Amino acid sequence: MHASAQPLLSVKDLAVEFDTEQGIVRAVDGISFDIYPNETVGLVGESGCGKTVTGLAILGLIPSPPGRIAGGRIEFGGRDLAALPEHAIREIRGRDISMIFQEPMTALNPVFTVGNQMIDVLMRHRGLTRAQARSGAIEMLAKVGIPAPAKRVDEYPHELSGGMRQRVMIAMALSCDPKLLIADEPTTALDVTTQAQVLEQINKLQDEFNMAVILITHDLGVVAETCGRAIVMYCGNIIETAPIEPLFATPRHPYTAGLLHSIPRIRDVKLAELPIIPGRVPDLLNLPPGCRFADRCDRVRPDCSEARVALHRDDGADAAVACLHPLVHQAGESHV
Amino acid sequence: MSEPKDTPFLEVRDLKKYFPVRGGLLRRVSNVVKAVDGVSFSIPAGRTMGLVGESGCGKSTLGRTLLRLQEPTSGQVLFDGNDITRLSKRELIPERRKMQIIFQDPYASLSPRRTVAQSIREPLDVHRIGSAAERERRVIELLDVVGMSPQVRDRYPHEFSGGQRQRIGIARALALNPGFIVADEPVSALDVSVQSQVLNLIADLKRDRGITFLFISHDLAVIQHVSDEIGVMYLGRIVETASSEDLYKDPKHPYTKALLSAIPIPDPTRKRKRIVLEGDVPSPMNPPGGCPFHTRCPEAMAICSTTVPTTINAGTDAQPHEVACHLFPG
Repeated sequence: MHASAQPLLSVKDLAVEFDTEQGIVRAVDGISFDIYPNETVGLVGESGCGKTVTGLAILGLIPSPPGRIAGGRIEFGGRDLAALPEHAIREIRGRDISMIFQEPMTALNPVFTVGNQMIDVLMRHRGLTRAQARSGAIEMLAKVGIPAPAKRVDEYPHELSGGMRQRVMIAMALSCDPKLLIADEPTTALDVTTQAQVLEQINKLQDEFNMAVILITHDLGVVAETCGRAIVMYCGNIIETAPIEPLFATPRHPYTAGLLHSIPRIRDVKLAELPIIPGRVPDLLNLPPGCRFADRCDRVRPDCSEARVALHRDDGADAAVACLHPLVHQAGESHV
Repeated sequence: MSEPKDTPFLEVRDLKKYFPVRGGLLRRVSNVVKAVDGVSFSIPAGRTMGLVGESGCGKSTLGRTLLRLQEPTSGQVLFDGNDITRLSKRELIPERRKMQIIFQDPYASLSPRRTVAQSIREPLDVHRIGSAAERERRVIELLDVVGMSPQVRDRYPHEFSGGQRQRIGIARALALNPGFIVADEPVSALDVSVQSQVLNLIADLKRDRGITFLFISHDLAVIQHVSDEIGVMYLGRIVETASSEDLYKDPKHPYTKALLSAIPIPDPTRKRKRIVLEGDVPSPMNPPGGCPFHTRCPEAMAICSTTVPTTINAGTDAQPHEVACHLFPG
């Protein structure tokens, strides 16, 4: 489906390192992926897999020290974001690429009104006057479904509910019409009924603003309902990527399959025992030489531990997997 | 399946917990948050009741109040027939041994300065049970129950992952052989692949040791696996109670239906009509009159804003299904 299109964002062999007291940790270890205009891609994995760090790296927000981009390229609009100086990134951040975070209360400034924070962004990136920026802010608040936006614009973050705050964050992020939105666990701190509202809003706005969305999440249910394809990360590597229908129906990496099996979900018949992935994620300071999932994998063979396993894409396929012995599915067979 | 229902292990009668709110200089003098506002239910011995609701609905306050970690405003909590709300602090101590709580955040509930063994044996030390050698043996035994190696006994909490810490928290809760455990969002802070490990452990404890559980969660998908019965809470009240089977197959309260339909399903081929609720949960300081859910209810009628619905049994005597909604008049 993307064969002819030019990618909007192209991440190539990205590596991000952090200095810790115990040594250097490679939180992201050589990942490559493309994002095309107007698509929604889920970046999925469990805590510590490197998904958030990837998002921060794209925006030049890796705290340094102790962190740094240790290698690779982040190509966007003909430039390499990984090599740009801070002042150049600032022009892109918030205007061409925006980000929303898990906890809107910590991302919003508590001492300024909602309007003040939005007006700053609009004046800086779009060169509007204060009055124009104010009406632009009210218009954006209305677009994200905030009732009485002309009143809310003068309120402080603490006066809003969690769902409202996240809508304000979305309004701020979209106010400069970005080409790419990076949403890091945007609904994880919200209640399930509020989550449904916010996800619906993001989907609607994506069409209206014609932007690409990278949705960083641990929740495969959210991915299934909002994304066109997904990138699955484990331990700093991408282990599988595919459009969501085949990914959920016929996952090829044993970790993806295990993750899909172990999600608590409402079942028609209660199981005696929930399926699990045994063991736990290896320590990033002490990684095995071969496949990082080998210790927990029920398909493990001796060659899995020999060397790193690269992401392999069959010719012409839009899916790829990093596994020497991937699951094989018969035509028409559904795994889950 | 049919346990004798006449002697419930835990029975809660019209329990209320109100928190007074004192306003600042220019604000109103005081207000009251009705965190738990007249809740009644019972759990038969060895069964698990799931309590589900969104943040601020009062489910955690309910869990703490019925252990008297917070003093109830009114109502009764009969624990094995004994009303613990009437006990003095001194009389409460022996009862406390029989009930324990597992908290959501295993990072916050273990002291960073204590070793695993010290944390697990702390309840034994507090209640002066057994000799030093017996307490040590018990620690090793408990580690085994929660699936951890005895070698971890001298290590500190920061050396463990979230799932392992939750196992340590569970081992500590089991130290006194309690008959009743409140599990307050025990897997919410854990990764999915670890969640199921801990849920299986809890299900095993229930089966092998006959422990009675109140399992509190915001997640209907999590609660299904461990619960025999489920109560749905909204703004301090239980709006629906049914067997785990019934609740998912035949939800009756519009709030329960909305909660069920809001859960994202990890299956891209299953597109469905979602009930998206308008607005947010109202403030428990100023709950709406009538049915507390009427401001967001897609099926609200005129009566809903004026009259609080009474709880009726919409099921059968053998399979009760209680619901508090005007769509189900008595």
